Amino acid sequence: MGMDAPTNEKPEWPLWEVFIRGQHGMSHRHFGSLHAPNAEMAIKAARDVYTRRKEGVSIWVVPANEITASSPSDKGPLYEPAEDKVYRHPSFYKIPDDIGAM
Amino acid sequence: MYAQLIKAEHAGDEDTARAEAFQQRIDAGEKIEPKDWMPEGYRRTLIRQIGQHAHSEIVGQLPEGNWITRAPTLERKTILLAKVQDEAGHGLYLYCAAETLGVSRDEMTEMLLDERMKYSSIFNYPTLTWADMGAVGWLVDGAAIMNQVPLQRTSFGPYARAMIRICKEESFHQRQGFDIMNRLANGTPEQHRMAQNALDRFWYPSLMMFGPSDAESVHSEQNMAWKIKMNGNDELRQKFVDLTVPQAEYLGLTIPDETLRWNDEKGGYDFAGPDWGEFFDVIKGNGPCNRERLEARRKAWDDGAWMRDGLLAHAEKKAARAAKAAA
Ligand SMILES: [Fe+2]
Ligand SMILES: [Fe+2]
Repeated sequence: MGMDAPTNEKPEWPLWEVFIRGQHGMSHRHFGSLHAPNAEMAIKAARDVYTRRKEGVSIWVVPANEITASSPSDKGPLYEPAEDKVYRHPSFYKIPDDIGAM
Repeated sequence: MYAQLIKAEHAGDEDTARAEAFQQRIDAGEKIEPKDWMPEGYRRTLIRQIGQHAHSEIVGQLPEGNWITRAPTLERKTILLAKVQDEAGHGLYLYCAAETLGVSRDEMTEMLLDERMKYSSIFNYPTLTWADMGAVGWLVDGAAIMNQVPLQRTSFGPYARAMIRICKEESFHQRQGFDIMNRLANGTPEQHRMAQNALDRFWYPSLMMFGPSDAESVHSEQNMAWKIKMNGNDELRQKFVDLTVPQAEYLGLTIPDETLRWNDEKGGYDFAGPDWGEFFDVIKGNGPCNRERLEARRKAWDDGAWMRDGLLAHAEKKAARAAKAAA
């Protein structure tokens, strides 16, 4: 089966990543992606594809090729430094019982 | 299932250390994401499986779309319309998941149209009466759910996330089908006969959806290890029968299988398998509606070309105009 690099010459509608705010006060979350000729159509399509059951109150679309992602091989250098820094969490500190909430 | 007879693609000559580390990640329950290293066989098998699944959602709109204009009430019509629209959404979620593996949606569509890729055998059967909308929702969506629920835990992140979204929407599909059956089965004698007739025609094709017995499949082992396939075909088919038989009894309908009986020892029903000769014939393209389905898809693709091109040209013109105004 020809499942290697894309072979077709015809231009395909660009890919958009869709972010939706589920409820007022929440942040936008990545929901999925879709093809559309431009941002305006991408919003309309996102409405139909991702919010048929009142899943959102606001939609962002971003051209997929404008997203820069961290590389999986950078996982170590990026996240390991945080591992030995438990003092960044409040649970690291012992607070006397009788001083009330802190 | 919606993805039947998925062969495990050969892993190729990757270095084994990487492949082993990859398998360990899967065994540990980690999700594989598109940018992670993966064996070529895993990638190609997933493209085939997710692509076939997506095509099934899209082609699956045709047998039901057939009844939208002829639904008996406005309420049934809006429900069916919503259900078929959901299926279009399912197809899109899945195409997007497959695209993260480096295949384009247009390319997959072309592979469907020139028959390099398949869709589920079930959609090559005709929907002859309104009762078929009941049988399809109840049995076909019911069988699909059986397979899709465990796939929410599949190892490939984008596929698993698409399945979670799909499963949330599927249970409405099965319920609306059962509701149609329930109404007809308890209606006039003629309506009851219609419901029975739909069950008679859809029972064995529904059992075929799970694919042939695993004993005959050399590919399931690799796909199971990769967590692309989560359960055996026979296991899911048994589960489907065990759940469906009491529902048919509730409806007062008879499953068209004289050998069907409860087996206390195994805690499940004994039942007759479908005609696998018919199954392979349908897969090969000789089912009652294969030609019609593909023709409908080709016509939609060709007739829509001017629209796709036109919208792109319009978007380009608008962008150019905006750039000029800003200059
Ligand atoms: Fe679906
Ligand atoms: Fe469905």
